[in-house]
Amino acid sequence: MREIPIPISDEVIRSLHAGDPVLLSGVMMTGRDAVHKWMHDTFIKKTRQPQGNDLRVYEEIKKILDHGVLYHCGPVVSGLDTKEYKFVAAGPTTSIREEPYQADVMRHFNIKGVIGKGGMGAKTLQGCVDTPGVYFHAIGGAAAFLAQTVQKVLGVYKLEEFGVPEAMWVIEVKNFPVVVTMDAHGVSQHSTLDERSRKVLDELLAQPY
Amino acid sequence: MQRDYTNEILELIRRTSSSLPKDVEERLRASIEKEEPGSAARGALETILKNVELARANSTPICQDTGTPIFYVHYPEGMSTRKLREQIRAAMAEATKRSYMRPNAVDAIYDKNTGNNLGGDDFPYIHFEEVDADQPLVIELMLKGGGCENVGRQYSLPDNSLGAGRDLAGVRKVVLDAVQKAQGQGCAPGILGVSIGGDRGSSYIKSKEVLFSEIGARNPDPKIAELEERLTKEANELGIGPMGFGGKTTVLDTKITGMHRLPASYFVSVSYMCWAYRRRKMTVKGEEVKYD
Repeated sequence: MREIPIPISDEVIRSLHAGDPVLLSGVMMTGRDAVHKWMHDTFIKKTRQPQGNDLRVYEEIKKILDHGVLYHCGPVVSGLDTKEYKFVAAGPTTSIREEPYQADVMRHFNIKGVIGKGGMGAKTLQGCVDTPGVYFHAIGGAAAFLAQTVQKVLGVYKLEEFGVPEAMWVIEVKNFPVVVTMDAHGVSQHSTLDERSRKVLDELLAQPY
Repeated sequence: MQRDYTNEILELIRRTSSSLPKDVEERLRASIEKEEPGSAARGALETILKNVELARANSTPICQDTGTPIFYVHYPEGMSTRKLREQIRAAMAEATKRSYMRPNAVDAIYDKNTGNNLGGDDFPYIHFEEVDADQPLVIELMLKGGGCENVGRQYSLPDNSLGAGRDLAGVRKVVLDAVQKAQGQGCAPGILGVSIGGDRGSSYIKSKEVLFSEIGARNPDPKIAELEERLTKEANELGIGPMGFGGKTTVLDTKITGMHRLPASYFVSVSYMCWAYRRRKMTVKGEEVKYD
């Protein structure tokens, strides 16, 4: 299987196609519902004034996300008392909830890969073409297995404010397995499958009981 | 003096979160052979089964989304439900501390995670049912993740867009529609809990309750049992497959139950359960505690 180190170049991104299984290694950051809304409202649409440590966190995550990877994940983390954090369970969460924000977030931070599950829509696919970037599909629910690829928790942002599942965890992974399901050439396996299954559904609905 | 069951309930939570029931694991294992060698669908199922073994061996959550904890408590007449509730809540907070559970209770108004899986009177969800005094105390626990909960659907029949009338033929149509709309987002392969009738609230609750039964357990009414099997077969013809990667395994089983309804209403509620179908039971007979 193809191994890809993070950060990822545009050239590597363009060489990826929907259906390719790959192994990711390097530093990535988790971010889900609260993070996307926060990024979007505070730094992209600017409908909300930066508060508290927002600006400092923004400067730091910019460096992590440039040519980097954002993981839709709300982990189970041990060592919260001692701050010796360890990922116990860390599978992907459903990505489609970030559809309103994802394309803007990818372009703004120059994110090369978004990891999640369930796929995303047309807006994000356009984001993949523009940035360029790809959507990596991880195995939903395989949380114990995926947590084992996390070598180290390097830090965390907004833990107090967003809570454990919603915080931005910076992690170092080794051989994190994913499948490219949306590529920078505008191909989405999810829309293909949606159309195909809809046709089958129409046939089934036309059958008598 | 009523015994304190906090530690036993903590063990129930540990087992539910980290050890997938055998019937589910066997059904997943049987599905592998149906998928093409080298396909993404087969790869997904293989990873899922590796994960199941790993979680069980290490007592870690199968899925990081440890879900909504749903307790059904069958308590002998005379036992204090107030104390049982306190013990369940204490066990839940301790389970969170030990990382068997992710802190999952978020105040919806103020967006604040309570950090211990206790939120208001309804989190965790606890349902009490009284049984005769000589019967054992039975506590059932189901953990239902948010991804699959989000793809659940409720239909009010007739549904013109699907041509679904108020009969089992209409029920079949809306259930298939729910599976198609869910695609891989509910962590397919899923298990369908379907309730026909009731009001909007009771119907949804019933569609989850039916998920406490074993895989393959059929409704005693042959007409409903037949629809259960037909829906599983037809849902798999949609080709959505594990994780929505395409493939033959989209739904592992379908469970349907009927309720009474108002003349004016005909609801069909579909609860989608992800493959991480976590449900366990503890039975207390005298001093002995048995876990299934």
